[in-house]
Amino acid sequence: MFLNSLLTNFAALEVGQHLYWQIGNIRLHGQVFLTSWILLGALLVFISLGTKKMENDPKGLQNLLEFLWDYIRDLARTQIGEKVYRDWMPFIGTLFLFVFVSNWGGALIPWRLIKLPSGELGAPTADINTTIALALLVSLSYFYAGLSNKGWRYFEYYIHPTPIMLPFKILEDFTKPLSLSFRLFGNILADELVVGVLVFLVPLILPIPVMFLGLFTSAIQALIFATLAAYYIGEAVEEHH
Amino acid sequence: MLAFNFFGATEGGLFDINATLPLMAIQVVALTYILNSLFFKPVGNVVEKREKFVSNNIIEAKNKLSEVKKLEADLMTQLQSARSEAQRIVGEAENESDKLYKEALELANNEANASKEKARLEIESQTSAARDQLSKQADDLSELIVNRLILEK
Repeated sequence: MFLNSLLTNFAALEVGQHLYWQIGNIRLHGQVFLTSWILLGALLVFISLGTKKMENDPKGLQNLLEFLWDYIRDLARTQIGEKVYRDWMPFIGTLFLFVFVSNWGGALIPWRLIKLPSGELGAPTADINTTIALALLVSLSYFYAGLSNKGWRYFEYYIHPTPIMLPFKILEDFTKPLSLSFRLFGNILADELVVGVLVFLVPLILPIPVMFLGLFTSAIQALIFATLAAYYIGEAVEEHH
Repeated sequence: MLAFNFFGATEGGLFDINATLPLMAIQVVALTYILNSLFFKPVGNVVEKREKFVSNNIIEAKNKLSEVKKLEADLMTQLQSARSEAQRIVGEAENESDKLYKEALELANNEANASKEKARLEIESQTSAARDQLSKQADDLSELIVNRLILEK
């Protein structure tokens, strides 16, 4: 109880506080949507600028976007396999870009300067709703990928290589989204908290290395999320012989 | 509810799951379609067109290289055969000239021998003629001497 009251009274840190939007019967976390719209808007502007004038000889932004595209293609191809990676590349790439932009946007932009009536702006991925949404989309995707590619034979995966695996494979369907969502949520929230506490306690210099570490973890988490999503899809479409 | 009320926030808390979740999912799906048409398709088209262009060029260059190598080998064999042909012709010409030289030498030798023989024969006949003449003159002289001696007696 002491911990609870301490954390609630942390003036600089508002953990678990949300800016609620009430639309009819449903309640939304407004700060998550606000930051995600700003960041995704920036991402879309960046991409439209880079793809405005596509040339065979890439210049400037187009170079960067092509590098990004190549990176995502390699990721999708190595995890999903040559046969169906094209169908899933946009999804994997969107996951990567969304998580990456959210993480870095949350870490790089001084959101705290913008005062909200309740809660505070931050990385959209530091909200459990966002990460669970992403993880459930991944689950739906790999089921859809498996069923659309192999039909009912997809369920052979559950008894592969022996039927003893069945309970574990079923359990995996629950642990996959759980670990995906909580890994991302935990890492980003922990990073925000560590930086916040350090800034609160030692406002000079000391938080800077931790901030860099945060940027590093943010990038790694985006990569891990996209790679695991691609791996799960690849696992679902893989042919067992 | 208590379980979801970590850190004592009066409402919400860290694990407050509400309509944000499905709306965020819809937003991400929409983003996937937007990014697909705005980013993945156009950039993919350009990159793959270029990759195709490059690989085609590489294949073409490889074909050309192998053709060049073939032509080179062809030329080498031609050169080889031309060289051996030239050698053969030179050898033949040398033999020919050798033969001609020998023939000419023989001919010249024969001719020289023949003229030498002729000269020798001529000399011989002339010698014998001269000898005959000499002996005849000697005979005449001796007859004259004899006649004079007889007449003086």
